[in-house]
Amino acid sequence: MVPITLFLALAAILFCIGLYGVLTRRHLVIVLASIEIMLNSVNINLVAFSAIGPFANISGQVFSLFIITVAAAEAAVGLAILIALYRNRNSIDVIKHDLLRW
Amino acid sequence: MIQNAWLIPVFPLIAFLILLFIGRFLKEKSSYVGITALALSFILSVMVLFERIGGETYTYVIDWITFGELTISMGYEVTPLNAMMLIVVTLVSLVVHIFSREYMHDDKRIHIFFAYLGLFSFSMLGLILAPNVLQLFIFWELVGLMSYLLVGFWYFKPEAAAAAKKAFLTTRIGDVGLLIGLVILFNQTGSFDYADIYAAVEGGMINETLITTIALLIFMGAVGKSAQFPLHVWLPDAMEGPTPVSALIHAATMVAAGVYLVGVMYPLFLASSTAMTVVAYTGAITAFFAATMALVMTDIKRVLAYSTISQLGFMILALGTAGYVAGLFHLMTHAFFKALLFLGAGSVIYAVHHRQDIRDMGGLWGKMKITSITFLIGALAISGVFPLAGFWSKEEILASALLNGDGFLFTIALVTAFMTAFYMFRLFFKTFTGEYRGGDHDDAHANDPGVDAYGAADVAEADNPRDDSMDEETHVSPAEDHDHHDSPKENSGFMTFPLIVLASMAVVAGFVNLPFLGYPLEGFLTEGINVGSQPHGELWLAFVSLAVAGAGIALAWAMYYKGSISEDYFASKAPGVHKLLINKYYLDEVYTAVFVRPTVAIGRFFWEMDKSIVDGIVNLIGRSTSSTGRTAGRRHNGQLQTYGLVSILGGIVVIALAFVLRGYFG
Repeated sequence: MVPITLFLALAAILFCIGLYGVLTRRHLVIVLASIEIMLNSVNINLVAFSAIGPFANISGQVFSLFIITVAAAEAAVGLAILIALYRNRNSIDVIKHDLLRW
Repeated sequence: MIQNAWLIPVFPLIAFLILLFIGRFLKEKSSYVGITALALSFILSVMVLFERIGGETYTYVIDWITFGELTISMGYEVTPLNAMMLIVVTLVSLVVHIFSREYMHDDKRIHIFFAYLGLFSFSMLGLILAPNVLQLFIFWELVGLMSYLLVGFWYFKPEAAAAAKKAFLTTRIGDVGLLIGLVILFNQTGSFDYADIYAAVEGGMINETLITTIALLIFMGAVGKSAQFPLHVWLPDAMEGPTPVSALIHAATMVAAGVYLVGVMYPLFLASSTAMTVVAYTGAITAFFAATMALVMTDIKRVLAYSTISQLGFMILALGTAGYVAGLFHLMTHAFFKALLFLGAGSVIYAVHHRQDIRDMGGLWGKMKITSITFLIGALAISGVFPLAGFWSKEEILASALLNGDGFLFTIALVTAFMTAFYMFRLFFKTFTGEYRGGDHDDAHANDPGVDAYGAADVAEADNPRDDSMDEETHVSPAEDHDHHDSPKENSGFMTFPLIVLASMAVVAGFVNLPFLGYPLEGFLTEGINVGSQPHGELWLAFVSLAVAGAGIALAWAMYYKGSISEDYFASKAPGVHKLLINKYYLDEVYTAVFVRPTVAIGRFFWEMDKSIVDGIVNLIGRSTSSTGRTAGRRHNGQLQTYGLVSILGGIVVIALAFVLRGYFG
């Protein structure tokens, strides 16, 4: 049986890859994709604990289903904002969108 | 009417308030507000005096502060001494107001001047009416403040600003002693009221050492205010103020407050023979040294200033030798003739276009009839010539110095009386007789070692750009707007009327204590206060006094009018002494070296300490905070990803802390 540590390690690696992508990539689509990776790394954690955790039960899998749903909605909304942004500012470069400073 | 005595100081206060708020619109007319107020006060004072002569001492007090068993009261009181002082102050103040109307008329800040005069009169009258020493102290400080403001009235002249500061700080030294004395007194008697203090002293409630201490501390206040040695240095410098101010504050009223203070505290002084001796010797020394300096001064106002110090010394000497009435009598007569002399000097200064050096005057007798005659009356009065006011009061002072003092005090008093007559007539002859020397005005005297105030003022004007911006027409800069070659002429009635009033007072004021009428003033003043028996001289003393005055006048006449003795005869005989006198015994220099410099050095040391260490720490904290902020602020660039990175780093730190602190790693 595969020990839970491997699942957790995989999830951690995926999470870090996603985080790195969010923080470093300048292309907004890639940033969105990186967020998806982070969400999915969480899903792996949940499912792993649900199947072989010390208190294994079904709620972890239910949670992961919710997350997949929310992630889909988030991706849709995110892409929509992205398109609106592109139409408005003619760019989807993260560096160029620095209005937060105000 | 005596119940309404509190109105006397209130009128000038109202004038002050009016001028404070609408003075700007009244301009020159401000003078009438002040004159009206003082006229009302004067009339009321006269009525109060007459009522007091026929009646009783009137006291009205209300509780002011109560703490525990002790009550501090405030109110007003009309004693014989108060009633006399009210007349002196309101009359002198009134004529000074009238005089100033002309003297100050082209000054743009004339309304401020009259507002100040009003507030001063209020303070001085409040000081006189005070029924307890605490209230007296409050007004005492208030007159000090007004003196500061009025000496520094032409604050754009550096000398005036410096003189104002000097006057304020020097008197402050005495005031510290006074305050300590009052606190000890309150501690011993539990009351500030004069009556309680007298009762405590006479009942022997305070032990003798303590009485001496208190008396000497209170006397310190008098020394500062009345410009007694060694705190006399501020008064000559205070002559930088406008001349009417010198007449009112620095000759007649405020400087006499010190004498008045000793007067109202007299039972306390009488109870300590040590204190009396100190008072007598301080007075004698002051009278003598000030008179010697008056011999050589060339600035008309400074001669009068040293003369004032000398005469105040006379009063203090009289008080110190049990001559209670003599001292206060002289205070009253001196107020009139010294105010007269100052206003006369003001009239002269005004006529010769604001020059004050007597070497630039001369020959004014025919040109300024009223000023000359009144000035002569004043000079005769201060010299103690029969039958003018100064004769009667000075003779009594000599009597008390002779009968209750010792030979030394009496000799000093006589010598001083001689010098008084000499320097007054030196001033008179130099100013009013001979040829007018002011026509060819150049700065011939500017380099003289003597005091040359007007020359200094000219330099000041040239040096001080603010002066020009202030106003071009103020008569402080007379050089521009008057023709220097005008021959001086008599001033208008606004300036001569006060002189005439004061001259008549200088003639008659002495008659209130005529020996062959049984000393009426003495009977009046000693009522209700235990001041011991008053010394009276025999007839020969009057002749000695007259002879001394006559000798002084004769010597001045020989030197400065007849010319049979050369003017610099004594100066050339004893050049060292002359130099010492003209440099005022180098006291200013000594004080600068001994007190001022070290004080400034200590101040500078602490200032540096404060700047480097105290401020340093505070600044370090401030600067590190702001630099942290600036560093953090530079991260605030609007970049989403930077923010994300910072948040995540923060999150990591929090988690790491949680682990460390909660022991997850342990």
